[in-house]
Amino acid sequence: MAQATEWLDIAALSDIPQQGARLLRTGAGCIAIFRTHDDRVFALDDRCPHKGGPLSEGIVAGHTITCPLHNWVFDLNSGQAQGADEGSVRSYAARVEGGRVLVSAEMLTRRSAA
Amino acid sequence: MEKLVVIGAGMASGRMLEHLTDANAPYQITLFNAEPRGNYNRIMLSPVLSGEKTYEDIVTHDADWYQSRGITTRFGEHVTGIDRKRRIVHGQNGAVPYDKLVIATGSAPFMIPVVGRDLPGVIAYRDLHDTNAMIAAAQPGAEAVVIGGGLLGLEAAAGLQMRGMKVTVIHLMGHLMERQLDPSAGYLLQKALEARGIKVHCKGATKAILGETHAEAVLLEDGTVYGADLVVMAVGIRPETRLAVDAHLEVERGITVDDQLRTSDPSVFALGECVEHRQQLFGLVAPLYDQAKVLAATLMGEASAFQPVQTATKLKVTGCDLFSAGDFADGPTREDIVFRDPGRGIYKRLVIEGDRLVGAVMYGDTADGSWFFGLIKDQTDISQMRDTLIFGPAFQGGGSVDPMAAVAALPPDAEICGCNGVCKGRIVDAVLGGADTLDKLRATTKASASCGTCTGLVQQVMALTLGGEVVDTPAGMCGCTELAHEDVRRLIKAKGLKSMPAVMQECGWTTPDGCAKCRPALNFYLLADWPLDYQDDRQSRFVNERNHANIQKDGTYSVVPRMWGGVTTPAELRAIADAAEKYNVPMVKVTGGQRIDLLGVRKEDLPAMWADLNDAGMVSGHAYSKGLRTVKTCVGSEFCRFGTQDSTGLGIRLEKLLWGSWTPHKVKLGVSGCPRNCAEATCKDVGVVCVDSGYQVSVSGAAGMEVKETELLVTVPTEDEAVEIITAFIQLYRENARYLDRAWKWTARVGLDWVKAQVVDDPDQRRALVERFELSQSVYRKDPWAEHAKPGARDEFSPLADLRLEAAE
Repeated sequence: MAQATEWLDIAALSDIPQQGARLLRTGAGCIAIFRTHDDRVFALDDRCPHKGGPLSEGIVAGHTITCPLHNWVFDLNSGQAQGADEGSVRSYAARVEGGRVLVSAEMLTRRSAA
Repeated sequence: MEKLVVIGAGMASGRMLEHLTDANAPYQITLFNAEPRGNYNRIMLSPVLSGEKTYEDIVTHDADWYQSRGITTRFGEHVTGIDRKRRIVHGQNGAVPYDKLVIATGSAPFMIPVVGRDLPGVIAYRDLHDTNAMIAAAQPGAEAVVIGGGLLGLEAAAGLQMRGMKVTVIHLMGHLMERQLDPSAGYLLQKALEARGIKVHCKGATKAILGETHAEAVLLEDGTVYGADLVVMAVGIRPETRLAVDAHLEVERGITVDDQLRTSDPSVFALGECVEHRQQLFGLVAPLYDQAKVLAATLMGEASAFQPVQTATKLKVTGCDLFSAGDFADGPTREDIVFRDPGRGIYKRLVIEGDRLVGAVMYGDTADGSWFFGLIKDQTDISQMRDTLIFGPAFQGGGSVDPMAAVAALPPDAEICGCNGVCKGRIVDAVLGGADTLDKLRATTKASASCGTCTGLVQQVMALTLGGEVVDTPAGMCGCTELAHEDVRRLIKAKGLKSMPAVMQECGWTTPDGCAKCRPALNFYLLADWPLDYQDDRQSRFVNERNHANIQKDGTYSVVPRMWGGVTTPAELRAIADAAEKYNVPMVKVTGGQRIDLLGVRKEDLPAMWADLNDAGMVSGHAYSKGLRTVKTCVGSEFCRFGTQDSTGLGIRLEKLLWGSWTPHKVKLGVSGCPRNCAEATCKDVGVVCVDSGYQVSVSGAAGMEVKETELLVTVPTEDEAVEIITAFIQLYRENARYLDRAWKWTARVGLDWVKAQVVDDPDQRRALVERFELSQSVYRKDPWAEHAKPGARDEFSPLADLRLEAAE
C-alpha cells in the first residue's frame, strides 16, 4: 500500500504571489496553493468547512489563511481551524524545488480512493 | 603511483589538496585551472573591491605551495573534454591520463537574458578578473547599478560606494537578501545602506540595459531608468556543469554525487559549487570544506560520508551588522520569539521547534550569533532557558527565570522608557504618588508615551509597585502589537514609516509578517499617508479589493459599473445588457445606491467582462471598496418642479472628484435638490441638502446596523464651497480615523467640534487638506480595470493549472 510520494510539477514559484494563493482545478474539486512570506508553499482544499468559502481568496499571514467569507483561520500545514472554531480542511504535501512548485499526486485521486 | 587529475583550483579543491598532501596520499596530482593563478579566498573579494585588502592578502595557495607539494599545475588552461572510456582529460595544451578524476569547476554567474547584457560595462561579480574590471571602472562620481540585492550584490554595492561611485541596487524581491533575512531584518539593512548613500529599489525587474557602445543606463519594467556607467549583475549563480554534461555524467541542476562525492562514474568525483547532493546545491564555504574533507578521505580509501550541516551567514559590509543561521521559516509546530528595539535599530528573531532552536535572524546586535548558532547545530534542549533565551548567554543562569523577578531586580536608575529617558525609580515614585493607571503615569512621567514599545515593561514596574494589581491597557490593534490604531497612525507620520516592514520594526510587532487584521489596516494607513512613496500591497487587501469585485456566498462575484451620480445613457445600458448576456449573468439588480449590479460572475470572466465595459466607456463602481462608493442624487432643479439647485450636477461633480479614493471604511454620499430629500441624503456619510440660499452640508449619518441622522457641518452659499468642505472632510477622515471606523464612529470619537474647527473654521487647514487629497488622487483616481483587464495581466484571475484531464485518465 504505502508508496513513495509521487510529485506533480504544477508551476513556477513566481507564478504565485508572495503572501498569496492560486487555484488548481482537479477532477475532484479545486485546490488552493499558497505561498507564504518565507516562500513556503502549502496545498489545501479550496473550501472552508464552515460555509464553503474559497480559501484561496483569503489573506495569508505567517503560516495561516483567513477565510474571506467569515474569517475562520486555518493552519496551512495541518488544515486545522484555529482559535474557537472547530473544523479542518484537507491538506496535501507540497514543496518547492529549484523554483518549481511540486504537489503530491495524491490530491488527484483523493476522492476516488475514499 | 595512481594518477589524480583535479579540474578547478577554487576553495573546495584547495582544501582537498591540503588534506591529501598533508597525509602524503600516494597520488601523482595534476591540477587544471582556467584562471591563470592558484587558489585565493574568494570570500575576501569584497574587501579587495572596497580597497580594504589587496589580492596578495587573500592568496591562500600560490605557485610555490603547489610546487612544494609536488602538484603539477596547468594554470590558465581550459579543459576541453573528458574521455571517460580511456580515462583521459584533454586540456588546450595536451592530454593527461587519470585513474581518479575530481571535477571542481565551481559555478558561473547567472546573467539575466535582457537586451544590452553584452554591452561593455556590464560585468558579473565572481572572480578576481571581475573584481579588477570593477575597480578599473569605478571612477569617483560615476554611477553604478548593481542588479541583485543578495549577499554578493550588496557587497559589490558597498565596495563600489567606498570607491566613490553613486550606487543603486535593483532587487527583484520585496526585501534585500530574502534567502537569509526576513522582511524586518531586510528593512533595517536597507535603511542602513540608504543611510550611507546607496539607493535601493526593491520589487524592481530589469527590462533592458541601455547604451550605444557602452552601458549607459538600466531600464526597469515599471519604467524607472537609472543612469549607469557600470552595471554589475549579481543575481545568482548556477553550477558549472558543462564538462560533466559533455562527458555524459549524471547531471541535474548540479553534478549528481553520493555521500562520498562520487558521480555516476565510480572513478570520477566532484565537489564544491558544481555538485548537487540529495537535491541540494551549495554556495557557502562551510559545507564545501566538509566536502573537501570527505573527498580526501574517500580518495585515501577511508570510510567517510558527507552530511550537509546548518550554515550561518554574515554580511561583510562594514557597519551592517547582520546574522542569520538555520531555518527561520515559520511553521505550524514552530514558535517565534521576537525582540525589537526600535530606538537602537535592533531586531532579533529566534525560531523554536519543540525544545530546540532551529533558526535565528539578527540585525544590529549580533554578538550572540555564534552562541545561538551553536545551540542550533548541537540541537541543545533549550526548554529550561526559553524565557530568557533571546537575551543571550549572559542571562542564562540555569533554571527558569521569572520575567517579573528580572524586572524586580532592575536597579532604580535602569532606563525603562528610552524615548523620554524615564528610569525605573521615577516610575515607582510616580505610582506611589498616585499614578495608578497607565494614562496617569504617562501624564506625569511621559513613560511609554512616545513610541509605546516599552508599555509592557512599564506595566510590569507598575504591577510590582502596586503589588501585582491589574493595570488597564489600551486595546492594541491586533495580537501583533499592543499599540492602538491611533498610536500606529501617529508613529507612521512622526517617524516617516513608509513600508510595512518599517512599521512592524519601528512599532515592535511581535509577529514576522502581521496578521489578517493588521495588514489591511497598515496597507490603508501607508497609502493614505504616503500616496507617492508607498505601493499598494494587493496581498494585504481583503478579497473584494484584491479582485475589484464583490465576492458572493458561492464564490462568484458581482460587477457594478460606475454611473456618475446615478445617471446613465441608453448606450451604457446596452453595453451592460450585452455583458450580462455574453457572460451568462444569473441576476441583474438595481442597488440602493442607484447602480446596476450584475450578480454571479465567475472570477476568471472578470477581466474580459471589464474589458468590454471599459470599451463602452465605463469604469469600476468600487461597490466593493473601503472607499468612495456612490453619490446618490435626485433630479434637482433641471427637471423637478420643487428643485432649488442642480443636485444631479453637483452629485456628478462630487463623484468625479472623489472616485477611486481609499478611505477607512466605505463612504456614501447623497445630494438632494430640496428639503423633501428624495436622495435620502441625511443618512449618508456626507449629505447635501440644497435650499434656496445654498447648500446644507451634513456629515456622519448611518443607515446600517446603526441608523443615524447626519449632523450639520455648515451651510454655504456656493457649490464650490460645498465641494471644498466635503473634500477636506473626507481627507481629514482618511488621515485620522481608525481603519474600519465609519465616519459617524470616527466623529463620535474625535467630536464634531474638532472636525468643524479643521474644515470649516480654519481656511488654511481646509486648503491644505484639499491639496493632500488631490495629491493622493493623482495616484488613485483611476480605474483599476484599466490595468487588470489588459490581456497580459489577466493570469492572476485564472487557475494556475487545470488537472481535470489527468485525473480522468
